[in-house]
Amino acid sequence: METERKPHPEQLHYATVLHWSTLAGFIMLVATFVAYVFSWLPSYVPLERLPQLWGLSTSEYLKATGIPTGWSWLFMMGKGDFASQLGIAILSGCSIACILAIMPVYAKNRNTTYLVICALEIAVLLVSAAGVFSTH
Amino acid sequence: MREKPVRNRRKFHFLLWLLPVAILMMVLPAEAANAAAASADATAWWVWPLALFVVCFFLGMIAVPAGVGGGVLFVPIVGSFFPFHMDFVRGAGLLVAMASALAAGPSLLKNGMASLRLAMPLALAASISSIAGAMLGLALPANIVQISLGVTILGIAALMIAAKKSEFPHIAQPDTLSAALGIHGVFRDGVTGKDIAWQVHRTPAGLALFLIIGFLGGLFGVGAGWANVPGLNLLMGVPLKLAAGSSSMILSMASSSATWYYLNNGAILPIIAVPSVIGMMIGARIGAHLLTILKASAIRRLVIVILLFAGVRTMLKGLGFWI
Repeated sequence: METERKPHPEQLHYATVLHWSTLAGFIMLVATFVAYVFSWLPSYVPLERLPQLWGLSTSEYLKATGIPTGWSWLFMMGKGDFASQLGIAILSGCSIACILAIMPVYAKNRNTTYLVICALEIAVLLVSAAGVFSTH
Repeated sequence: MREKPVRNRRKFHFLLWLLPVAILMMVLPAEAANAAAASADATAWWVWPLALFVVCFFLGMIAVPAGVGGGVLFVPIVGSFFPFHMDFVRGAGLLVAMASALAAGPSLLKNGMASLRLAMPLALAASISSIAGAMLGLALPANIVQISLGVTILGIAALMIAAKKSEFPHIAQPDTLSAALGIHGVFRDGVTGKDIAWQVHRTPAGLALFLIIGFLGGLFGVGAGWANVPGLNLLMGVPLKLAAGSSSMILSMASSSATWYYLNNGAILPIIAVPSVIGMMIGARIGAHLLTILKASAIRRLVIVILLFAGVRTMLKGLGFWI
Protein backbone atom coordinates (compact mmCIF):
# COMPACT_ATOMS: atom_id res chain seq x y z
CA MET A 1 0.00 0.00 0.00
CA GLU A 2 1.04 3.58 -0.64
CA THR A 3 2.99 5.44 2.06
CA GLU A 4 3.50 8.76 0.21
CA ARG A 5 1.00 11.44 1.32
CA LYS A 6 1.46 13.81 -1.63
CA PRO A 7 -1.50 13.75 -4.06
CA HIS A 8 -0.90 12.25 -7.53
CA PRO A 9 0.34 14.79 -10.14
CA GLU A 10 -2.85 14.45 -12.20
CA GLN A 11 -4.90 15.32 -9.10
CA LEU A 12 -2.94 18.55 -8.59
CA HIS A 13 -3.30 19.38 -12.28
CA TYR A 14 -7.05 18.75 -12.08
CA ALA A 15 -7.26 21.06 -9.04
CA THR A 16 -5.49 23.91 -10.86
CA VAL A 17 -7.70 23.72 -13.96
CA LEU A 18 -10.79 23.39 -11.73
CA HIS A 19 -9.82 26.50 -9.75
CA TRP A 20 -9.44 28.73 -12.81
CA SER A 21 -12.40 27.39 -14.78
CA THR A 22 -14.73 27.66 -11.75
CA LEU A 23 -13.54 31.20 -11.09
CA ALA A 24 -14.19 32.16 -14.73
CA GLY A 25 -17.65 30.57 -14.50
CA PHE A 26 -18.61 32.43 -11.31
CA ILE A 27 -17.39 35.79 -12.62
CA MET A 28 -19.35 35.29 -15.84
CA LEU A 29 -22.42 34.11 -13.90
CA VAL A 30 -22.53 37.18 -11.66
CA ALA A 31 -21.59 39.71 -14.38
CA THR A 32 -24.19 38.53 -16.91
CA PHE A 33 -26.88 38.21 -14.24
CA VAL A 34 -26.30 41.77 -13.02
CA ALA A 35 -26.53 43.01 -16.63
CA TYR A 36 -29.76 41.01 -17.01
CA VAL A 37 -31.64 42.08 -13.86
CA PHE A 38 -30.61 45.73 -14.12
CA SER A 39 -31.76 45.67 -17.76
CA TRP A 40 -28.36 46.75 -19.08
CA LEU A 41 -29.03 44.04 -21.62
CA PRO A 42 -32.55 43.72 -23.05
CA SER A 43 -34.47 40.55 -22.12
CA TYR A 44 -36.00 38.11 -24.58
CA VAL A 45 -38.79 37.43 -22.07
CA PRO A 46 -39.62 40.68 -20.23
CA LEU A 47 -38.75 40.42 -16.52
CA GLU A 48 -42.23 41.65 -15.55
CA ARG A 49 -43.78 38.73 -17.42
CA LEU A 50 -41.81 36.06 -15.58
CA PRO A 51 -44.18 35.68 -12.57
CA GLN A 52 -46.90 34.55 -15.00
CA LEU A 53 -44.55 32.04 -16.62
CA TRP A 54 -42.33 30.42 -14.01
CA GLY A 55 -45.20 28.35 -12.59
CA LEU A 56 -45.58 26.58 -15.94
CA SER A 57 -43.89 23.29 -16.76
CA THR A 58 -40.83 23.47 -19.01
CA SER A 59 -42.74 22.42 -22.13
CA GLU A 60 -45.54 24.93 -21.45
CA TYR A 61 -42.99 27.66 -20.73
CA LEU A 62 -41.12 27.01 -23.97
CA LYS A 63 -44.40 27.00 -25.90
CA ALA A 64 -45.60 30.26 -24.29
CA THR A 65 -42.33 32.12 -24.88
CA GLY A 66 -41.15 30.55 -28.13
CA ILE A 67 -37.69 30.08 -26.63
CA PRO A 68 -35.56 27.69 -28.67
CA THR A 69 -33.87 24.80 -26.86
CA GLY A 70 -30.39 23.27 -27.20
CA TRP A 71 -27.49 25.58 -28.02
CA SER A 72 -29.59 28.23 -29.82
CA TRP A 73 -29.10 30.56 -26.84
CA LEU A 74 -25.45 30.93 -27.81
CA PHE A 75 -26.51 32.93 -30.87
CA MET A 76 -28.76 35.22 -28.81
CA MET A 77 -26.15 36.54 -26.39
CA GLY A 78 -27.39 40.11 -26.86
CA LYS A 79 -30.38 39.22 -24.67
CA GLY A 80 -29.81 39.27 -20.91
CA ASP A 81 -31.66 36.01 -20.22
CA PHE A 82 -29.49 34.11 -22.71
CA ALA A 83 -26.26 35.85 -21.72
CA SER A 84 -26.90 34.66 -18.14
CA GLN A 85 -26.74 31.08 -19.38
CA LEU A 86 -23.11 31.53 -20.40
CA GLY A 87 -21.88 31.37 -16.78
CA ILE A 88 -24.08 28.32 -16.17
CA ALA A 89 -22.62 26.64 -19.29
CA ILE A 90 -19.04 27.43 -18.21
CA LEU A 91 -19.67 25.95 -14.75
CA SER A 92 -21.29 22.88 -16.31
CA GLY A 93 -18.28 22.51 -18.60
CA CYS A 94 -15.63 22.75 -15.85
CA SER A 95 -15.47 18.97 -15.40
CA ILE A 96 -14.95 18.47 -19.15
CA ALA A 97 -12.02 20.93 -19.16
CA CYS A 98 -10.46 19.32 -16.07
CA ILE A 99 -10.71 15.76 -17.37
CA LEU A 100 -9.34 16.78 -20.77
CA ALA A 101 -6.41 18.45 -18.97
CA ILE A 102 -5.41 15.32 -17.03
CA MET A 103 -5.69 12.87 -19.92
CA PRO A 104 -2.17 13.67 -21.23
CA VAL A 105 -0.80 12.94 -17.72
CA TYR A 106 -2.40 9.49 -17.75
CA ALA A 107 -1.20 8.95 -21.33
CA LYS A 108 2.35 9.89 -20.35
CA ASN A 109 2.24 7.47 -17.38
CA ARG A 110 0.73 4.77 -19.65
CA ASN A 111 -2.21 4.46 -17.24
CA THR A 112 -4.58 3.00 -19.83
CA THR A 113 -7.34 2.14 -17.34
CA TYR A 114 -7.82 5.74 -16.18
CA LEU A 115 -7.33 7.03 -19.71
CA VAL A 116 -10.33 4.92 -20.77
CA ILE A 117 -12.37 6.03 -17.72
CA CYS A 118 -11.60 9.69 -18.59
CA ALA A 119 -12.55 9.12 -22.25
CA LEU A 120 -15.85 7.52 -21.21
CA GLU A 121 -16.65 10.34 -18.75
CA ILE A 122 -15.88 12.94 -21.43
CA ALA A 123 -18.12 11.05 -23.88
CA VAL A 124 -21.01 11.00 -21.38
CA LEU A 125 -20.65 14.72 -20.59
CA LEU A 126 -20.31 15.69 -24.26
CA VAL A 127 -23.32 13.61 -25.30
CA SER A 128 -25.36 15.31 -22.56
CA ALA A 129 -23.98 18.77 -23.43
CA ALA A 130 -24.67 18.27 -27.14
CA GLY A 131 -28.34 17.72 -26.33
CA VAL A 132 -28.48 14.24 -27.88
CA PHE A 133 -31.21 13.23 -25.41
CA SER A 134 -33.13 16.53 -25.58
CA THR A 135 -36.86 16.09 -25.77
CA HIS A 136 -37.96 19.52 -27.04
CA MET B 1 -16.38 21.56 36.77
CA ARG B 2 -19.87 23.02 36.51
CA GLU B 3 -18.90 25.23 33.60
CA LYS B 4 -19.33 22.57 30.89
CA PRO B 5 -22.97 21.62 31.67
CA VAL B 6 -23.85 25.34 31.80
CA ARG B 7 -22.20 25.90 28.42
CA ASN B 8 -23.99 22.85 26.99
CA ARG B 9 -27.28 24.14 28.32
CA ARG B 10 -26.62 27.53 26.73
CA LYS B 11 -25.88 25.83 23.40
CA PHE B 12 -29.07 23.77 23.75
CA HIS B 13 -31.11 26.91 24.41
CA PHE B 14 -29.43 28.64 21.49
CA LEU B 15 -30.36 25.75 19.19
CA LEU B 16 -33.88 25.61 20.61
CA TRP B 17 -34.18 29.26 19.66
CA LEU B 18 -32.51 28.65 16.31
CA LEU B 19 -34.96 25.97 15.16
CA PRO B 20 -38.11 28.10 14.80
CA VAL B 21 -35.95 30.94 13.47
CA ALA B 22 -34.50 28.57 10.87
CA ILE B 23 -37.93 27.47 9.70
CA LEU B 24 -39.27 31.03 9.73
CA MET B 25 -36.24 32.30 7.80
CA MET B 26 -37.02 29.81 5.09
CA VAL B 27 -40.78 30.26 5.02
CA LEU B 28 -41.16 34.00 5.67
CA PRO B 29 -39.33 35.37 2.62
CA ALA B 30 -41.50 33.19 0.41
CA GLU B 31 -44.69 34.14 2.25
CA ALA B 32 -43.74 37.84 2.16
CA ALA B 33 -43.02 37.58 -1.53
CA ASN B 34 -46.38 35.85 -2.01
CA ALA B 35 -48.18 38.71 -0.28
CA ALA B 36 -46.21 41.34 -2.18
CA ALA B 37 -46.88 39.69 -5.51
CA ALA B 38 -50.60 39.46 -4.77
CA SER B 39 -50.91 43.11 -3.88
CA ALA B 40 -48.37 44.78 -6.12
CA ASP B 41 -48.39 45.37 -9.85
CA ALA B 42 -46.37 43.43 -12.40
CA THR B 43 -43.08 45.01 -11.32
CA ALA B 44 -43.03 42.78 -8.22
CA TRP B 45 -41.01 40.19 -10.14
CA TRP B 46 -37.82 41.19 -8.29
CA VAL B 47 -39.28 40.25 -4.90
CA TRP B 48 -38.95 36.56 -5.72
CA PRO B 49 -35.27 36.36 -6.65
CA LEU B 50 -34.53 38.53 -3.61
CA ALA B 51 -36.49 36.16 -1.33
CA LEU B 52 -34.72 33.23 -3.00
CA PHE B 53 -31.35 34.82 -2.27
CA VAL B 54 -32.24 35.27 1.43
CA VAL B 55 -33.51 31.69 1.78
CA CYS B 56 -30.48 30.22 0.00
CA PHE B 57 -28.12 32.32 2.10
CA PHE B 58 -29.65 30.72 5.18
CA LEU B 59 -29.66 27.23 3.66
CA GLY B 60 -25.97 27.60 2.79
CA MET B 61 -25.24 28.60 6.37
CA ILE B 62 -26.68 25.39 7.84
CA ALA B 63 -25.82 22.99 4.97
CA VAL B 64 -22.05 23.15 5.48
CA PRO B 65 -21.92 22.38 9.22
CA ALA B 66 -24.58 19.69 8.78
CA GLY B 67 -22.45 17.97 6.13
CA VAL B 68 -25.17 17.90 3.46
CA GLY B 69 -25.09 19.51 0.03
CA GLY B 70 -27.28 22.55 -0.53
CA GLY B 71 -29.44 20.76 -3.12
CA VAL B 72 -31.10 18.41 -0.68
CA LEU B 73 -32.44 21.35 1.35
CA PHE B 74 -33.01 23.65 -1.63
CA VAL B 75 -35.36 21.51 -3.74
CA PRO B 76 -37.98 20.57 -1.11
CA ILE B 77 -38.02 24.02 0.54
CA VAL B 78 -38.06 26.15 -2.61
CA GLY B 79 -40.36 23.63 -4.34
CA SER B 80 -42.82 23.87 -1.43
CA PHE B 81 -42.86 27.59 -0.61
CA PHE B 82 -42.11 29.34 -3.89
CA PRO B 83 -44.38 29.62 -6.92
CA PHE B 84 -41.88 28.09 -9.37
CA HIS B 85 -42.65 24.90 -11.27
CA MET B 86 -40.77 21.84 -9.99
CA ASP B 87 -38.93 21.54 -13.35
CA PHE B 88 -37.18 24.89 -12.75
CA VAL B 89 -36.63 24.19 -9.04
CA ARG B 90 -34.89 20.89 -9.83
CA GLY B 91 -32.77 22.53 -12.55
CA ALA B 92 -31.68 25.23 -10.09
CA GLY B 93 -31.13 22.60 -7.38
CA LEU B 94 -28.70 20.72 -9.60
CA LEU B 95 -26.83 23.91 -10.39
CA VAL B 96 -26.64 24.79 -6.68
CA ALA B 97 -25.28 21.32 -5.84
CA MET B 98 -22.79 21.43 -8.73
CA ALA B 99 -21.56 24.98 -8.02
CA SER B 100 -20.95 24.21 -4.33
CA ALA B 101 -19.03 21.03 -5.22
CA LEU B 102 -16.97 22.82 -7.87
CA ALA B 103 -16.03 25.64 -5.51
CA ALA B 104 -14.86 23.21 -2.81
CA GLY B 105 -12.99 20.95 -5.27
CA PRO B 106 -9.59 22.65 -5.76
CA SER B 107 -8.63 22.88 -2.08
CA LEU B 108 -9.92 19.37 -1.32
CA LEU B 109 -7.81 17.91 -4.13
CA LYS B 110 -4.70 19.92 -3.27
CA ASN B 111 -4.90 19.04 0.46
CA GLY B 112 -5.40 15.37 -0.33
CA MET B 113 -8.84 15.42 1.32
CA ALA B 114 -10.36 14.02 -1.90
CA SER B 115 -9.09 11.25 -4.12
CA LEU B 116 -9.50 11.64 -7.87
CA ARG B 117 -8.72 7.95 -8.45
CA LEU B 118 -11.53 7.00 -6.10
CA ALA B 119 -13.94 9.58 -7.52
CA MET B 120 -13.48 9.01 -11.27
CA PRO B 121 -14.92 5.47 -11.68
CA LEU B 122 -17.82 6.18 -9.31
CA ALA B 123 -18.53 9.54 -11.00
CA LEU B 124 -18.70 7.77 -14.37
CA ALA B 125 -21.41 5.43 -13.06
CA ALA B 126 -23.31 8.33 -11.41
CA SER B 127 -22.99 10.58 -14.50
CA ILE B 128 -24.60 8.00 -16.79
CA SER B 129 -27.52 7.33 -14.46
CA SER B 130 -28.06 10.99 -13.56
CA ILE B 131 -28.90 11.72 -17.23
CA ALA B 132 -31.47 8.92 -17.08
CA GLY B 133 -32.83 10.41 -13.85
CA ALA B 134 -33.05 13.88 -15.38
CA MET B 135 -34.89 12.50 -18.44
CA LEU B 136 -37.45 10.74 -16.26
CA GLY B 137 -37.79 13.77 -13.96
CA LEU B 138 -38.74 16.11 -16.81
CA ALA B 139 -41.13 13.54 -18.29
CA LEU B 140 -43.12 12.78 -15.13
CA PRO B 141 -46.08 14.91 -13.95
CA ALA B 142 -45.10 17.48 -11.29
CA ASN B 143 -47.30 16.00 -8.55
CA ILE B 144 -45.78 12.52 -8.97
CA VAL B 145 -42.26 14.02 -8.72
CA GLN B 146 -43.35 16.01 -5.67
CA ILE B 147 -44.82 13.00 -3.84
CA SER B 148 -41.78 10.82 -4.55
CA LEU B 149 -39.45 13.70 -3.62
CA GLY B 150 -41.30 14.09 -0.30
CA VAL B 151 -40.89 10.36 0.40
CA THR B 152 -37.20 10.51 -0.59
CA ILE B 153 -36.54 13.54 1.65
CA LEU B 154 -38.17 11.76 4.60
CA GLY B 155 -35.99 8.74 3.76
CA ILE B 156 -32.89 10.96 3.76
CA ALA B 157 -33.86 12.33 7.18
CA ALA B 158 -34.28 8.75 8.43
CA LEU B 159 -30.88 7.84 6.93
CA MET B 160 -29.29 10.80 8.70
CA ILE B 161 -30.83 9.67 12.01
CA ALA B 162 -29.94 6.00 11.64
CA ALA B 163 -26.63 5.99 9.75
CA LYS B 164 -23.60 5.20 11.83
CA LYS B 165 -20.20 6.59 10.93
CA SER B 166 -16.80 5.05 10.99
CA GLU B 167 -14.06 7.67 11.20
CA PHE B 168 -11.26 5.32 10.07
CA PRO B 169 -12.69 1.99 8.82
CA HIS B 170 -10.22 -0.90 8.93
CA ILE B 171 -9.96 -2.64 5.57
CA ALA B 172 -7.87 -5.78 5.89
CA GLN B 173 -7.85 -6.66 2.21
CA PRO B 174 -8.76 -4.46 -0.78
CA ASP B 175 -10.95 -6.04 -3.46
CA THR B 176 -9.46 -7.03 -6.83
CA LEU B 177 -11.05 -4.17 -8.76
CA SER B 178 -9.89 -1.40 -6.42
CA ALA B 179 -6.39 -2.92 -6.38
CA ALA B 180 -6.36 -2.94 -10.19
CA LEU B 181 -7.56 0.68 -10.31
CA GLY B 182 -4.96 1.75 -7.75
CA ILE B 183 -7.56 3.17 -5.38
CA HIS B 184 -5.60 3.66 -2.17
CA GLY B 185 -3.46 6.36 -0.60
CA VAL B 186 -2.49 8.30 2.48
CA PHE B 187 -4.10 11.43 3.87
CA ARG B 188 -3.30 13.58 6.88
CA ASP B 189 -5.97 13.92 9.53
CA GLY B 190 -6.03 17.60 10.48
CA VAL B 191 -7.18 16.95 14.07
CA THR B 192 -4.58 14.37 15.11
CA GLY B 193 -1.91 15.39 12.59
CA LYS B 194 -1.42 11.71 11.78
CA ASP B 195 -0.99 10.23 8.30
CA ILE B 196 -3.73 7.69 7.64
CA ALA B 197 -3.20 4.97 5.02
CA TRP B 198 -6.43 3.91 3.36
CA GLN B 199 -7.72 1.38 0.86
CA VAL B 200 -11.22 0.30 -0.16
CA HIS B 201 -13.29 -2.84 -0.61
CA ARG B 202 -16.64 -3.80 -2.22
CA THR B 203 -15.90 -1.62 -5.28
CA PRO B 204 -18.37 -3.44 -7.62
CA ALA B 205 -21.15 -2.93 -5.05
CA GLY B 206 -20.05 0.71 -4.74
CA LEU B 207 -20.35 1.19 -8.50
CA ALA B 208 -23.87 -0.28 -8.43
CA LEU B 209 -24.83 1.98 -5.52
CA PHE B 210 -23.54 5.08 -7.32
CA LEU B 211 -25.68 4.18 -10.35
CA ILE B 212 -28.72 4.44 -8.07
CA ILE B 213 -27.47 7.59 -6.29
CA GLY B 214 -26.77 9.33 -9.62
CA PHE B 215 -30.25 8.43 -10.86
CA LEU B 216 -31.94 9.92 -7.78
CA GLY B 217 -29.74 13.03 -7.95
CA GLY B 218 -30.72 13.66 -11.59
CA LEU B 219 -34.39 12.81 -11.00
CA PHE B 220 -34.93 15.15 -8.05
CA GLY B 221 -32.13 17.68 -8.63
CA VAL B 222 -31.02 17.22 -5.05
CA GLY B 223 -27.33 16.49 -5.57
CA ALA B 224 -26.24 13.41 -3.67
CA GLY B 225 -23.90 14.30 -0.80
CA TRP B 226 -26.41 12.75 1.63
CA ALA B 227 -25.93 9.34 -0.02
CA ASN B 228 -22.35 9.60 -1.33
CA VAL B 229 -20.74 9.94 2.08
CA PRO B 230 -22.45 6.94 3.78
CA GLY B 231 -21.92 4.91 0.58
CA LEU B 232 -18.19 5.63 0.47
CA ASN B 233 -17.68 5.37 4.22
CA LEU B 234 -19.89 2.48 5.31
CA LEU B 235 -19.97 0.38 2.14
CA MET B 236 -16.51 0.91 0.66
CA GLY B 237 -14.60 1.68 3.85
CA VAL B 238 -13.28 5.11 2.89
CA PRO B 239 -12.21 7.24 5.93
CA LEU B 240 -14.99 9.69 6.80
CA LYS B 241 -13.20 12.95 5.92
CA LEU B 242 -11.85 11.56 2.65
CA ALA B 243 -15.36 10.28 1.86
CA ALA B 244 -16.81 13.77 2.35
CA GLY B 245 -14.14 15.36 0.11
CA SER B 246 -14.35 12.72 -2.62
CA SER B 247 -18.16 12.96 -2.52
CA SER B 248 -17.81 16.58 -3.67
CA MET B 249 -15.75 15.50 -6.68
CA ILE B 250 -18.26 12.81 -7.65
CA LEU B 251 -21.08 15.30 -7.21
CA SER B 252 -19.40 17.92 -9.42
CA MET B 253 -19.11 15.47 -12.34
CA ALA B 254 -22.44 13.66 -11.94
CA SER B 255 -24.44 16.89 -11.47
CA SER B 256 -22.72 18.33 -14.52
CA SER B 257 -24.15 15.70 -16.88
CA ALA B 258 -27.68 16.18 -15.52
CA THR B 259 -27.32 19.99 -15.55
CA TRP B 260 -26.51 19.89 -19.27
CA TYR B 261 -29.71 17.92 -19.85
CA TYR B 262 -31.80 20.45 -17.91
CA LEU B 263 -30.05 23.37 -19.65
CA ASN B 264 -30.61 21.92 -23.13
CA ASN B 265 -34.29 21.40 -22.37
CA GLY B 266 -34.86 24.95 -21.15
CA ALA B 267 -35.34 23.85 -17.52
CA ILE B 268 -32.82 26.25 -16.00
CA LEU B 269 -34.14 29.79 -15.57
CA PRO B 270 -31.33 32.22 -14.66
CA ILE B 271 -33.74 34.35 -12.60
CA ILE B 272 -34.25 31.33 -10.28
CA ALA B 273 -30.88 29.58 -10.55
CA VAL B 274 -28.39 32.46 -10.23
CA PRO B 275 -29.65 34.14 -6.99
CA SER B 276 -29.86 30.65 -5.48
CA VAL B 277 -26.25 29.85 -6.34
CA ILE B 278 -24.94 33.21 -5.12
CA GLY B 279 -26.98 33.09 -1.86
CA MET B 280 -25.87 29.54 -1.17
CA MET B 281 -22.19 30.30 -1.80
CA ILE B 282 -22.16 33.33 0.52
CA GLY B 283 -24.16 31.45 3.19
CA ALA B 284 -21.78 28.48 2.98
CA ARG B 285 -18.82 30.74 3.80
CA ILE B 286 -20.59 31.90 6.97
CA GLY B 287 -21.60 28.30 7.68
CA ALA B 288 -17.95 27.28 7.69
CA HIS B 289 -17.34 29.85 10.47
CA LEU B 290 -20.48 28.68 12.33
CA LEU B 291 -18.77 25.31 12.66
CA THR B 292 -16.26 26.86 15.03
CA ILE B 293 -18.89 28.10 17.49
CA LEU B 294 -21.53 25.37 17.28
CA LYS B 295 -21.30 21.59 17.41
CA ALA B 296 -21.77 20.02 13.96
CA SER B 297 -23.96 17.31 15.50
CA ALA B 298 -26.34 19.94 16.88
CA ILE B 299 -26.71 21.62 13.47
CA ARG B 300 -27.18 18.16 11.97
CA ARG B 301 -30.16 17.64 14.28
CA LEU B 302 -31.55 21.01 13.20
CA VAL B 303 -31.23 19.99 9.53
CA ILE B 304 -32.99 16.67 10.22
CA VAL B 305 -35.97 18.55 11.70
CA ILE B 306 -36.02 20.92 8.68
CA LEU B 307 -35.85 17.94 6.29
CA LEU B 308 -38.75 16.22 8.10
CA PHE B 309 -40.79 19.43 7.86
CA ALA B 310 -39.90 20.00 4.18
CA GLY B 311 -40.46 16.34 3.29
CA VAL B 312 -43.96 16.29 4.80
CA ARG B 313 -44.79 19.65 3.18
CA THR B 314 -43.56 18.48 -0.25
CA MET B 315 -45.49 15.23 -0.03
CA LEU B 316 -48.71 16.97 1.07
CA LYS B 317 -48.32 19.54 -1.72
CA GLY B 318 -47.93 16.72 -4.24
CA LEU B 319 -51.04 15.01 -2.85
CA GLY B 320 -52.94 18.30 -3.10
CA PHE B 321 -53.61 18.58 0.66
CA TRP B 322 -51.46 21.67 1.35
CA ILE B 323 -51.08 23.93 -1.65
